[in-house]
Formats: sequence, structure tokens, C-alpha cells
Amino acid sequence: MPPSLIALFLAFAKMSLAGFGGVLVFARRAIVDQHRWMTADEFNETFALCHFLPGPNIVNLSVVFGSRFRGILGGVAAFAGLVGPPVVVVIVLAALYARFGEVEALRRILSGVSCAAVGLLLSVVFRMMMPLIRKRDVVGLVVLAAVFVAIGVLRLPLPAVLLVAIPLSVAITLAMRRRAAA
Amino acid sequence: MNSGGNPVLTLAWTFGLMSLFAVGGANSAIPEMHRVTVDVQHWLSDKQFADMFAISQMSPGPNVLIVTLIGYSVAGLAGALVATISMCVPTAVLAYGVSRLLTRSSRSCWPAIIQAALVPLSIGLMGASGLILALASDRTWTAALVTAVAAMLASTTRLNPFWVLLAGGCAGFAGFVG
Repeated sequence: MPPSLIALFLAFAKMSLAGFGGVLVFARRAIVDQHRWMTADEFNETFALCHFLPGPNIVNLSVVFGSRFRGILGGVAAFAGLVGPPVVVVIVLAALYARFGEVEALRRILSGVSCAAVGLLLSVVFRMMMPLIRKRDVVGLVVLAAVFVAIGVLRLPLPAVLLVAIPLSVAITLAMRRRAAA
Repeated sequence: MNSGGNPVLTLAWTFGLMSLFAVGGANSAIPEMHRVTVDVQHWLSDKQFADMFAISQMSPGPNVLIVTLIGYSVAGLAGALVATISMCVPTAVLAYGVSRLLTRSSRSCWPAIIQAALVPLSIGLMGASGLILALASDRTWTAALVTAVAAMLASTTRLNPFWVLLAGGCAGFAGFVG
């Protein structure tokens, strides 16, 4: 039996509030293991789709997942569950920050946390780069470096860079596959 | 494009567009958020931007909620809600449309090709996020050391990220980061 709208809302609210440092792991656990709403393969397929689309992946996943069971309303229920409760938490934190952000102790703590958070982000980047390095995917690494320089060093606007980089990268990928197949 | 100086409209336009260009997820859009909010609009300082990244990483929920913090600091409650909705809804509608199309049509090779083409782009974007945030947070060599240790711990152990962030906060409180 497909989950009800309330069940969708509650399940996504729960995984979102538990999902500290990324909701994906908790989403997989809840959807595949706990509720058995999808098999592991179905989940991976759905996530792959949401990952290649732009925007926050897990937000896309909630909408695609919810709508698969209960149409548009299901998508809205899952989305509201995922985003609604944590937004309330974050707004409270934002108000506290606006009021106390200049307090010296808090300034120091946040500086330390942001240093550590940057380290976590860098480790994700390294982990994602490893397959490219292992495959000796020179073309991929060049594209990666070009985007890194354009956005990180030259600070060019994102839409302009991507409107050039996406067609270029798709063309290169296509050409490489043709050559590999020939 | 001209929002007449109303910050809520500027937030809606900025994040609505960004939503559709965030290839690889919310963390890929960090450089663009920084460019618009710090360099172009001067809504936030570098330090405030780094703080908001830190807060968003410490709070529950998807990482995209950094836009809620930015929106709140620009235009209060309305700003927070508008920024969040603008960042989430365009891409959610797109995802809904594409998922309906894909289940209906026969198997095509295009999704796989586009996905393969986007992987290096999204890693490059996240690398740029790392660089920009490091420049904003790591103002002393001890701060850079905290970042390096955190990166190493996260890469080599299966430690929950929470403990890494907590340790960073303790180092900061102790005045180690400067």
C-alpha cells in the first residue's frame, strides 16, 4: 500500500531532523530499510536522476519520491516534511545569530566550526575526485580544473560559466564514447 | 532583472535563478552565493558568510538551508522564507517534470551521458566552494591547520561529522583559531 500524505510528511520530517551533515544516508535508511517503500536499486536510480538535475539533490528526491506514490500532493507533502521543520530551526538560529553574532565567545566558536566545516567539504571533494584520478580521466580532470579556476579564482558568474561548460562537457563526453565504441 | 532595490525581490530572483544552475547540489552554488551576497550586493561580510556556512552545517536538515540564513540576514523572516522557496521550488518542479518524462519514455542514453558530463563540473564547483570558504575562514595558519586536520579526519576515519565540527568549535573557543 502506498504511504499516505501524512506518512510521507512525517517520514521526511523525521529523516530531515535526524539528518545532520547531509540527509541522504537517513533518507536511504528510512525509505529502503525501515519503510520498504523502495528497493535499494529503485532508490539508487531515483537518486541518480535527482543528482544530475540541478539544485539541492535531496529536495529533488523528496519531490520525485512523494509524487511517485501520491501525485503532486505527495510531492508537496514530502517536500514540506523535508524543508519545513528544519527551516523553523534555522530561522531561530538566524535570529539568535543576528542578535548575538558579535559576542566575542560566539565569534570564536563559529570561526572554529567554519574552519572544520571547510575541512569536511574538502574531504568530500577529494573523495569525489579519486575515481577520476584512478581512471586517469585526463579530460575530466581538465574540465574540473577549468571550472575550478573560472569560478573559484576568476570568480566569474555561475550561469555564464555553465552555459559554456555544460555543452562543451557533453560534446566531449559524447565524442569520447563514440571513439571508445568505434 | 531589475528588482528596483527591493531586497526580497532581489533574493527571489537571485536564488530562483541559482536553483537551476546548482549542478551537483547546494554546495556547488556556494561560490555564486558568495559572489552575489558579499561581492556584488554587499549584504554580508566574508566572516558573516563563513559563519552562516558553519551554522548551516551544524543545523539539521538539508545543506541548502544556508540560503535561509542569508535571506534572514538580508530581509528578516520574509527574506528567509522567500530565499528558501526560491532556491527549492524551480528545481523541484523541474525534477518532477523530468521524472515523469523518464518513466514514460523508453530508455534513452542521454541521462547517462549528461550525468557523466556533469560529474567533473560539479566537483570543480565544489572545489571552488572549498577555496572560497577557506579564504573566508582560514585567516591564520592555525585556522588552516584546523581545516587540514578536519579534512584528514573526515577522509581517513568514519567519524561522524558532528564530532569534527564540535572539535573545531572547541578549538575556536579556546582561541586557537585567532
